[in-house]
Amino acid sequence: MISPFPFSAIVGQDQMKTAMILTAIDPGLGGVLVFGDRGTGKSTAVRALAALLPPITVVQGCPVNSEAPQDCPAWANVTDHTMTERPTPVVDLPLGVTEDRVTGALDIERALAHGEKSFEPGLLARANRGYLYIDEVNLLEDHIVDLLLDVAQSGINTVEREGLSIRHAARFVLVGSGNPEEGELRPQLLDRFGLSVEVASPNTVEERVEVIRRRDAYDRDHAAFMAKWQAEDTTLRDAILSARAALPQVETSDEILHDCARLSLALGADGLRGELTLLRAARALAALRGAGRIDRAHLRDIAPLALSHRLRRDPLDEAGSSARVARTVADTLP
Amino acid sequence: MITTAPTVRSSDWDRALRALSALMVDPAGLGGMVVRARPGPVRQRFEGALPGLPLPLRRIHPGLDDAQLFGGLNVAASLAAGHMIRDPGLAETPCALLLPMAERTPAALAARLSQLLDTGGGHCIVLLDEGAEPEETAPASMSDRLAFLADLSVVRSADAAIRLPAPADIDSARRHLDRVQTPSDDLTQLVLLAARFGIDGARAPMFALRCARALAALDGEDNTTQDHLREAVQLIYAPRATQTPEEDEAPDPDPDQDAPPDPANTDADSVASDTGQIPDDLLVQAVAACLPADLLMRLERSSRARGSPAAGSGAGFKRQANRRGRPLPSRPGRIDGRARIDVIATLRAAAPWQTLRRKARESHPQLIILPADIRLRRFEDRSDRLLIFAVDASGSAALSRMAEAKGAIEMLLAQAYAKRDQVALVAFRGTGAEVLLPPTRSLVQAKRRLTALPGGGGTPLASGLRAAFDMALHGQRVGLSPSIAFLTDGRGNIDLAGTPGRAQAREDAQTMARLLSGLRLPSVVIDIAPRPGPESAALAGWLNAQYLPLPRADASRISAAADAALTR
Repeated sequence: MISPFPFSAIVGQDQMKTAMILTAIDPGLGGVLVFGDRGTGKSTAVRALAALLPPITVVQGCPVNSEAPQDCPAWANVTDHTMTERPTPVVDLPLGVTEDRVTGALDIERALAHGEKSFEPGLLARANRGYLYIDEVNLLEDHIVDLLLDVAQSGINTVEREGLSIRHAARFVLVGSGNPEEGELRPQLLDRFGLSVEVASPNTVEERVEVIRRRDAYDRDHAAFMAKWQAEDTTLRDAILSARAALPQVETSDEILHDCARLSLALGADGLRGELTLLRAARALAALRGAGRIDRAHLRDIAPLALSHRLRRDPLDEAGSSARVARTVADTLP
Repeated sequence: MITTAPTVRSSDWDRALRALSALMVDPAGLGGMVVRARPGPVRQRFEGALPGLPLPLRRIHPGLDDAQLFGGLNVAASLAAGHMIRDPGLAETPCALLLPMAERTPAALAARLSQLLDTGGGHCIVLLDEGAEPEETAPASMSDRLAFLADLSVVRSADAAIRLPAPADIDSARRHLDRVQTPSDDLTQLVLLAARFGIDGARAPMFALRCARALAALDGEDNTTQDHLREAVQLIYAPRATQTPEEDEAPDPDPDQDAPPDPANTDADSVASDTGQIPDDLLVQAVAACLPADLLMRLERSSRARGSPAAGSGAGFKRQANRRGRPLPSRPGRIDGRARIDVIATLRAAAPWQTLRRKARESHPQLIILPADIRLRRFEDRSDRLLIFAVDASGSAALSRMAEAKGAIEMLLAQAYAKRDQVALVAFRGTGAEVLLPPTRSLVQAKRRLTALPGGGGTPLASGLRAAFDMALHGQRVGLSPSIAFLTDGRGNIDLAGTPGRAQAREDAQTMARLLSGLRLPSVVIDIAPRPGPESAALAGWLNAQYLPLPRADASRISAAADAALTR
C-alpha cells in the first residue's frame, strides 16, 4: 500500500486541520466531527493524520495495544512482554459493520476448527489508544451508534455474549465525517464529539489550482513529493509532541473559566460538556501556540469548533449554528 | 421533455467509447465509470468492450458480502480440512469490478467500495446503473469517485458500433502516460471552468486533468493540447454540471437548484473576473454543447437521489433482519460476516449426526460440524416510516394553509430522529403536482426546499393523488413504510391531463384514489377548507382513509393529527 497523502500538504481547511491536531495533543477532547460536501478532503485528512502522528509504544502482540504488560487483558494470553513501537492506529469503521466486528465476539473459526472458546477482538480493541474513523457517520445504523456511545463514554468495552464475559480498554478518538444533506446525526452522538468542523471547497481559484497541483504531484511523482512534505510533517509532529509535554503546565485563570461559563450560558448549550470541552480545547490550542496561559484569543478561535454542534437545533432558524456561535462570541467576549 | 435528435444522441455513444478508451489508458487514476442504461443490445455491446481494460474483470453484485470483498474464512473447506483455509478477497489484487444493478447498491457496500478507491489499490469500478425512474441512481458517494458518467439509455442499437483504439495502441499509450506534461495554465483553466459550471469539490478538475493526459497519451503527444482539454471537460464536466455559465450572470432563478450551501461558486467567479482569467469560451461551448436539454430535470433527479434514504429502522412495517429486533427462530445459512451464528441451535442441529459422522471418518474428533449445521440468528425489525404530505396549494385552499403545512412538516422533521420517520412533501396547484421535498430526514435539505413553496391556481387533485402514489410506490421499493396525509379541500377542478373541467377532474381523482387505496397504506384526509364540505369526505371514502375536518388548525395541531391518525 502506498503511503497516504501528507497532512501538511492539504491546502487550506485550517479549522479541520487544527481540530485534528488538537485531538492529537489531548486525546481526551472527545474527537472531531467533520461535516461538508463531497470531495473536500475529509477522508484524505483523516488518513493523512495516521501517518503524521507519533508512534506509540505497545506490548508486542497485544490485541488492545496496551502500554504496559500488566495492562494486557487476561483473555489475550500475552506471554511475550517485549515492547515495540507501532504507528498510532487509525481504524476505519465501515457503515454496514456488524456488532460482532465492532465489539468483538466468540471466535467462530477457532471454536469450529479447534473446539476452543476464545475471544476475537473487534474494531474497538484495535482502535484503543488511537483513532476510530467513521465515514458517513450520519448514515450509521442505530444499534452501532448505541454501542459507540456507551464505549466512547466509559472508555471500556464490555462484551457479554455467547458465554463470553470480557472487558478491555477502548479509549479512542472518534473522528466522524459526513454530508448533512444525507441525514441528521442523533443529538446524543453529536454531543459525544468534542469538536465539530464544517468544511467547504476552497473558495479561491489559486487554492483550488493548488489542490489539484499537489494531488497531481502526489500521484505522478510520489517519492519526490513525499520527500518534500516529509520535512513539514516532521515539524508538525514535533510541534504536537512539545505541545503534549507543555499541556499540563498551561495555566487557566479564573477569568477564562468565567468566560467559558458566560459563553455557554449565552448560547444556551445543553449540559456542561460544552464548557469542559471548550476549556480543554483552548488549553490544547494554547499549548500548540506555545503560550503559557489561555487567553481570550484562544477561546474566541476555538468556540465555534467546540460549541456549534451543541446548540438546540431550532427548525425555524435560518442561519447556521456556527454563525450563531460567532455572533455570541463577538457579543460576550469583546 | 426529452428531444431525441438522433445526431446529438449518437454522440452519447461516441463519448462513452472515448471515455472507455481513456479509462483503458489510466484505469486506476480515473477510477472508473457509471454507465446508465437498461439491459439491452446497446449495453451488451458496451459490456463486450470492457475486457479491453488492462485489469482482470470481475463481475460483482449489490449483495456482495465482506468475505468476498475483503477475503474471509472458507467455511466449507475449513471444516472439511480441519484447519483454517482463507479465501482471498477482491480487494487484495487490483482488478476491474463490474457492478450491475448499481442503483440497488446499499450504502454500506458503496462506502466500502469508495474506501477501496480511496486507498489507491489500483482498482477500477464500472457501475451499470439500470434505474428506470429518474430518482433511481447509483449512490452519489460512488459516482463522485468515478471519472465518467455515460448515459446510453437513448442510444439506438444501430448507432452502437464498437470503435476503440487497437490494444497495442492502448498499451503504448499506457507506457507513454507518465511522460505527458500539462501546461500550468491549463490547470487554472480547468479549475475556473469547474467553478463556472457549478461543480464543487476537487475531484472533477483532477479527473479532467488525468483524462486530458490519457487522451494525449493515446495520440502519442508529449503535451496536452487544447483539443485534449476540450474533450476531457466534455467528458467529465458535462454530466456533473449544476448550472450553465449563462445562468451565472443573472441571479439564480431557482434557489432550489443551487448546489450545497457554498459561497464557492460566486467567490470563484468574482476571482475569475478579478484576475481576468476568463476560461476559453471554446471550452465553455464545448461543455455546454454536451449538456443535456433536460439539465434542470436531471438536477431535480440528482438532488432527489441524494435524499434517498439509507437503510434504517424504526416505526414502520415489520421485516426480517439479522441484527436487531425481536428474536425469531434461527434458520440454516452460511457464515457471511453479517448474520450472527446461533451457537446453541447449530450444536443442536449437529448433535444427532455425531455418531454417524465419527464412523464415516478415520480420525475421531470430539465434535464434527458440517456447514449444513450452521444456524443463523434472525430478528424481526421495523422499517422506517415515510410520511408523505400531499398538500393542496391551489387558490381555493387558502394560501395561508401552506404555511401551516410547512410548519407541520418541519415539526415532524425535528422529531424525526426520535421516531425514525422520513418526511416528503408533494404540492399540487395550477395544472399539475410537483415533489417539493423528496423523502428526507434532513432538516438542512427540508428548510431549503420549503422556503420557496408556490401557491395559487386551480386544484389538480388527481395529479396530486398520482404524485403521492408514485412516491409511495418508490418508498416501498427502497424499504420504507409509506403513509400519506392529504391536506386539501377536495374540490378538484383540473383533470390528470391538466385541463379544467369538474366532471373529468372528479372522475380522474376517483380513479387515482382507488388505485392508491389498493396499496393499503395508512392515510388520512385533513380537510382544510374554511367550511368543510362533502368533497373531502368523499375523497376519504375513495381512499379508504380517515377523514379529519380541521378548518382552523395551526401547524402543531396538523402535525399532531397526522401523526396520531397514521400511527398504528
